[in-house]
Amino acid sequence: MSELQVRKIVAGYDSAPVLRGITFTVPHGSLTAVLGPSGSGKSTLLRVIAGLNRPVEGAVVIDGTVLSGPRVHVAPERRRIGLVPQDAALFPHLDVLANVGFGLPRAQRRGRKALDLLEMVGMTDYATRMPGELSGGQRHRVALARALATEPDVVLLDEPFSALDAALRAEVRGQVREVLRRAQTTAVLVTHDQDEALSMADQVAVVDEGRLVQVGTPAEIYAKPASRWLAQFVGGALVLPGTWSDGAVAGPLGVVPANLADGHIAHPGDTVDLVLRPEQLSLSAVGAGGGPGVIAMVCDVAYFGHDAVVTLDLPGCEQPVQARVLGDQQWRPDSEVLVGVRSAGLAFARE
Amino acid sequence: MRSARFTAAGGLEATPAPPSRLRALGGRLVLPISAVVAASLAAIPLIYLVVRVAQADGSAIVDALWNARIATLMINTIGLVLAVSSACLVLGVAIAWLLARTDLPGRRPWLVVSSLALAVPSYVAAFGWIATTEVRGFWGAFLVLTLCNVPLVTLPTIAALRLADAASEDVARTLGRTRWRAFLEATWPQIRPASLAGVLLVALYVLSDFGSVALMRYQAFTWAIQVAYESLFDRTLAAVMSVVLAAMGIVLVAAERRMRGAQARMGSTVAARTQPVPVALGRWRWLAHGGLAVVAALSLGVPLGALARYLLLRTETSTAVKTGDLMADALSTVGLAVAGAGAALALALPIGILAARFRSRLATATESASYLGLALPGIVVGLSLVFFSLNVAPMLYQSIWMLAFAYGVLFLPKAVGAVRSSIVQVEPGLEDVARTLGSTPAGVWTRVTARIAWPGIGAGVLLVALTAMKELPATLLLRPTGTETLATSLWRLTSGAAYAAAAPYALVLIAVAAVPALLLTREVAGGKRHPEETL
Repeated sequence: MSELQVRKIVAGYDSAPVLRGITFTVPHGSLTAVLGPSGSGKSTLLRVIAGLNRPVEGAVVIDGTVLSGPRVHVAPERRRIGLVPQDAALFPHLDVLANVGFGLPRAQRRGRKALDLLEMVGMTDYATRMPGELSGGQRHRVALARALATEPDVVLLDEPFSALDAALRAEVRGQVREVLRRAQTTAVLVTHDQDEALSMADQVAVVDEGRLVQVGTPAEIYAKPASRWLAQFVGGALVLPGTWSDGAVAGPLGVVPANLADGHIAHPGDTVDLVLRPEQLSLSAVGAGGGPGVIAMVCDVAYFGHDAVVTLDLPGCEQPVQARVLGDQQWRPDSEVLVGVRSAGLAFARE
Repeated sequence: MRSARFTAAGGLEATPAPPSRLRALGGRLVLPISAVVAASLAAIPLIYLVVRVAQADGSAIVDALWNARIATLMINTIGLVLAVSSACLVLGVAIAWLLARTDLPGRRPWLVVSSLALAVPSYVAAFGWIATTEVRGFWGAFLVLTLCNVPLVTLPTIAALRLADAASEDVARTLGRTRWRAFLEATWPQIRPASLAGVLLVALYVLSDFGSVALMRYQAFTWAIQVAYESLFDRTLAAVMSVVLAAMGIVLVAAERRMRGAQARMGSTVAARTQPVPVALGRWRWLAHGGLAVVAALSLGVPLGALARYLLLRTETSTAVKTGDLMADALSTVGLAVAGAGAALALALPIGILAARFRSRLATATESASYLGLALPGIVVGLSLVFFSLNVAPMLYQSIWMLAFAYGVLFLPKAVGAVRSSIVQVEPGLEDVARTLGSTPAGVWTRVTARIAWPGIGAGVLLVALTAMKELPATLLLRPTGTETLATSLWRLTSGAAYAAAAPYALVLIAVAAVPALLLTREVAGGKRHPEETL
């Protein structure tokens, strides 16, 4: 059992704080993704958990044992926390097997255990290769095996896939998730890629400017974002102004059913921001009797095969809005379409 | 490991363990403390010299200054520095332009040939000129030092020309400038800091040069210091002159550092570059070939010709060298150089590691202390350590340890550079990973950092040893009685006009000096290294 708690961490370099009070808990054997734009303090958080950076305030706790806290700082080599850095950081002077065995006692460095881990990540055939002879994905698998070899309580992954090309990334993600699940290791993954966070993690913690914005399951983060910023950061969203009346917002798209975001209060007649996901919009041909909706002009179509993003010029709306539709629908620029809304949106009260 | 627990109430109950915290604190201080110790050791020659002068009787100093015609010496030295620096600037920039910006055929071989001058130690070149011509005095020293030092300007200027934006020169031409004015107004400002940094190195070299001015019987500071020291009565005078020389050296090094910084900023501001179209020389190329050939003949042909004459023809009466002596001298040279390189490495490790891994005021301060080795002429370091060992550590006087220490101080900048650049190449991420895998900081150093950095550091130490083998003035003052090195034997034989006997020594010394010169030439011309490393 190893449950990681991060409590009110304040940390930074020199005097400027990079983290201003971060708190979350990673349950045993699960993977939490720390998601945030670059410069939000994600990597510093990882270094604090690993013990490479000493927090100014707050505590890092594993199973009730304080590793960082007031007057306590356990050295990184004694924390039992593994690290998989962004660039894999394999030791260039050691072969693959020696890299995996680095953290083991001298006698076991080339023994059964290191070989088992290589097998787990599917790299048995490469045991005597040097890191320079491996591809990017292979390096990450070796780095993961190296971090797992010491049977750490927690494994930290620092943007581990950002150096890989898109095709390889999905494949390596899946492999890493599988290995972590089999090893039943508690893991923290730092990323700025929302697809990565949503698809890999059991829990997502969104960080911005050193503060925690929201913690929740991927579905919660996507369906119930805590703020307009978060809605736009994760998954993309259109934000439209409107007038609140119980359970609906009247605005450029007509009257759209909506729920108020958690903690937001609005009275009928108040101005609110309606947040919709692009896939919540439906398009149909004008005059085909396709139900309620407003007529808009198609500006641009970006076609991806499985789906397409249609950019629309909506009357009464300053900025163009985007709708995500299935790839079998064909829309031409400079034609008119009827825009409807499939499901309830999310309304945020204006301060 | 588990040093605190949450109590049942959820509060923090800290149980700090003082011994381990003290140990951790001690561990963190080891590096800065050893860096400070190393920097202080490197500063001993300068500090002791100042102490020695401060202790001397004030009126004795004034007398010494008047008696020595110090103004004459000053004018002699400054005159030589200015003359050689200007000549090197003009020649060096002209050669660099020919090799980097024109369609001159054979630019690559010409680059190698014109850099080969670095492979001839200046006192070996002086030997060549003395042995074959009647040139002596100012013009002798001027010729020898100019020819030997031109590459110090040529190489960094080529590096800067390759980075400089050639399009701005084209623009200047379209705005009505002649080719010459366009070069002066558009290109020269972009390469000026690099060329001037090279010129300042030349000035520093001329200031500290002992062998060639002594052989040419030109009354410069360094030679006067040696004469005053040997006369035994005038040791205070020697110390005073050394302080003056040290001050001039420090000023030159500080100026060189500023220029280098200016060039580094220049490089970063230039955005997209167009490949320059080489200037077509047409019939002028024969003149260019001729000029380069004359420079090569003077800088390489004369010393090598002297060698050939005395080695092959053997016309002189048999003052010829005994092979046994040459072997013995070579062995002691290698031994001393290895000891010196070891001393330089020991001093350089803490300073270099600190400079590579920590950006702090302390790191900057200890690193600049290491540059004293570049600023202090060999004769000054030698003299100061003679005083120091006589008065403070008599058992070290004229021991190989004191000489090894002098080499360590003199070649510390090279060693620190090698340590720092090798360690910078080890990614800090590797050290982080090693820590999380259970290695202590010391374990990380031995298992990761040192293992990866070692080849670079080793190559740097080898270069230091090769450079130490040709060191002359400090060796003359500090070598144990009866011990000769290749350099001191060459100096003694040449001073005694035993040219045939000196020739084999000159040959071996050229071979020794050629290794670092040729190894580094390409990297200096490519802007990856600084020309001082070839000295």
